[in-house]
Amino acid sequence: MRGNAALAGSPPCRYPVGFRMNAVSTSSFVLSRKHLLGIDGLSADEIGGLLDLSEEFVDLNRQIEKKRTTLRGRTQINLFFESSTRTQSSFELAGKRLGADVMNMSVVASSIRKGETLLDTAATLNAMHPDLIVVRHGASGAVELLAQKVQCSVINAGDGSHEHPTQALLDALTIRRNKGEIGKLTVAICGDILHSRVARSNIILLNTLGARVRVVAPSTLLPAGIERMGVEVFRDMRAGLKDADIVMMLRLQRERMNGSLVPSTKEYFHYYGLDAAKLKFAKPDALVMHPGPMNRGVEIDSAIADGAQSLIQEQVEMGVAVRMAVLEALARNLPNA
Amino acid sequence: MQRNGARPILLTNARVIDPSRDFDQQGDVLIADGVIKDAGRNIRAAGVPEGAEVVECNGRVVAPGLVDMRAFIGEPGAEHRETLASASQAAAAGGVTTIICQPETDPPIDDPATVDFVLRRARDTAIVHILPMAALTKRLEGKEMSEIGLLKAAGAVAFTDGTKSVMNAQVFRHALAYAADFDALVVHHTEDINLIGNGVMNECEFASRLGLLGVPKEAEIVMLARDVRLVALTEARYHAASVTCSESIDVLRRAKDAGLPVTASATINHLALNENDVGSYRTFLKLSPPLRAEEDRIALAAAIKEGVIDTIVSDHNPQDVEVKRLPFADAAPGAVGIETMLAVGLRLVHDGSLSLLKLLHAMSTRPAELLDVPGGTLRAGSPADVIMFDEDVPWVLDRSTLKSRCNNTPFDEARLSGRVLRTIVAGRTVYEYV
Repeated sequence: MRGNAALAGSPPCRYPVGFRMNAVSTSSFVLSRKHLLGIDGLSADEIGGLLDLSEEFVDLNRQIEKKRTTLRGRTQINLFFESSTRTQSSFELAGKRLGADVMNMSVVASSIRKGETLLDTAATLNAMHPDLIVVRHGASGAVELLAQKVQCSVINAGDGSHEHPTQALLDALTIRRNKGEIGKLTVAICGDILHSRVARSNIILLNTLGARVRVVAPSTLLPAGIERMGVEVFRDMRAGLKDADIVMMLRLQRERMNGSLVPSTKEYFHYYGLDAAKLKFAKPDALVMHPGPMNRGVEIDSAIADGAQSLIQEQVEMGVAVRMAVLEALARNLPNA
Repeated sequence: MQRNGARPILLTNARVIDPSRDFDQQGDVLIADGVIKDAGRNIRAAGVPEGAEVVECNGRVVAPGLVDMRAFIGEPGAEHRETLASASQAAAAGGVTTIICQPETDPPIDDPATVDFVLRRARDTAIVHILPMAALTKRLEGKEMSEIGLLKAAGAVAFTDGTKSVMNAQVFRHALAYAADFDALVVHHTEDINLIGNGVMNECEFASRLGLLGVPKEAEIVMLARDVRLVALTEARYHAASVTCSESIDVLRRAKDAGLPVTASATINHLALNENDVGSYRTFLKLSPPLRAEEDRIALAAAIKEGVIDTIVSDHNPQDVEVKRLPFADAAPGAVGIETMLAVGLRLVHDGSLSLLKLLHAMSTRPAELLDVPGGTLRAGSPADVIMFDEDVPWVLDRSTLKSRCNNTPFDEARLSGRVLRTIVAGRTVYEYV
């Protein structure tokens, strides 16, 4: 996994011999595609390659000198049509640590309100010759639509209820580091499956790696045909968590809370909120995850979120590493790379 | 449209299909003075009129021109999408000789002056017949019934709120009851908007994978079932504008078996495509109601054959790129179809689902009957709205060649078999494929 096979092909070190830093990549993994629009279509080998590359960046990110130069000269635009704190900052940090020039564009309150369409924005940005565009948009399929109209690589940072591939990859990395082989695990994904791009990307990824996947939610938060997407469906949290290795909680959006799809946050927490009593039904060494931001007391009890079984902070750390790996793997495919 | 001065036309050695008489035989059709003089066997033997244009059909089909019960045209108010003139050009190329335009215009066709405007404008600019349906409720708001009597007298052929459903059952009941007094046909888009919610395609596994919210079939079935109860109460003539799922067919069959004056259309899109054709968020396949499962498509074709669904419509709805080049959920629904409805409909003949006679019955004779408008027949003395087409010739659709002002066809690059070679309206040739 961390062999030195690719050392020969790496750029010359700018630092004196003996200076301790990971300035060179040890993995030669190349993602042989232009864009990362979703987990759907990635092979187990491609996922494994991305996770292996991510491991290197985990080590790098724990050092004082975190900077690499593989994206030096490259321009990365973070184009966010939906507000986001953690994903945007994670991509920004990832790009900067790899040496790219990173520009953040939050379009939530700018030109799109003046009537400029998604594709006009795409054409405008394309004319500025970026190398990588990271896009989040509230509509499913919007990132794919944009990718058709630009020449650079596009990374989906979440499109509607469709996919959020880097979240699924960082979840997989977190699971693999704590539990080893993912294919041997039972993962329960709990909460608002209907509207969740995180759930979809995770269901596809975990199935690709051979894990046993369950979803746990009230019927109002389950999409049609979910039982044919490679999951076991549970409406009861205790039954759904029984003997699970990983309990993955999802955020419940505020607008779904009050009577439209669930009666109240109180009732939701009672039946679907993760607390110590429900977590007991999972394996004793089960670990808890949440993509954030959390609604404490709605889908997860604070004591669990901050407790010994929680991987939530580690997920954030893995997020930067995974995004560095994705940026670098795609950049290796760019012209003149 | 000029109706006089045309040379007589003798279409000879044709496969003459007249669904109004269950006629499908080799023969000739003689047209003069804007009407059909005769259609049948051995007409040529009786002599060719002086000065007549003799068209050797070489066994190709001659049939009544199509009557399309559901087309959305942008005039007045959205001429950038489609004018009466451009729609008529597209219709002529597709073998449609009568277009029934929908009242969802700006302003809507909800007063007699607008009906009159459309009729005059069509007379002056269109090359096929265009007749309007008028709004069932004022401003298409579903709140107050429109002037059904006066609108009918002005020339409205039926009453509908277009793509909108009248959600208020009391308003709909009263509109039905009042329309019945004038023997007016009420055409209704049957979708419960609350059950649609934010849905944008059929509720199914594929929608879930795409992350698109679904429209359940029940949105249609519930509304259709409600309507049938209200028809039983009011005895109004009622037509479901576009049914899409197999359960709706059961509702229709029960209503017809009970003797209720209920009829229905299916769109050419729902007869030829299914939910999977949405593919990777193709907005040209975003329709209202949405494309359903393949089982539903097959059931619709069977229902046409059985006669439970009466008519096939184009549901022609031109939308420009500004409202289509958007993420799927944000894009406007609708597809153009008037120019391709026959060619696409022939797929159902070639795959054995329908006889050619049945297809043409559902596209010409039956809609003309329901609306009580001329056309849909080759009987002597009828208006000479006639088409000649080759049912087999293969071609590939290139959407840039469509005559409509918008080219949002779901059949771009589709392989089609059969195309219209000549369209005759009121005795004059308005389209010829060269």
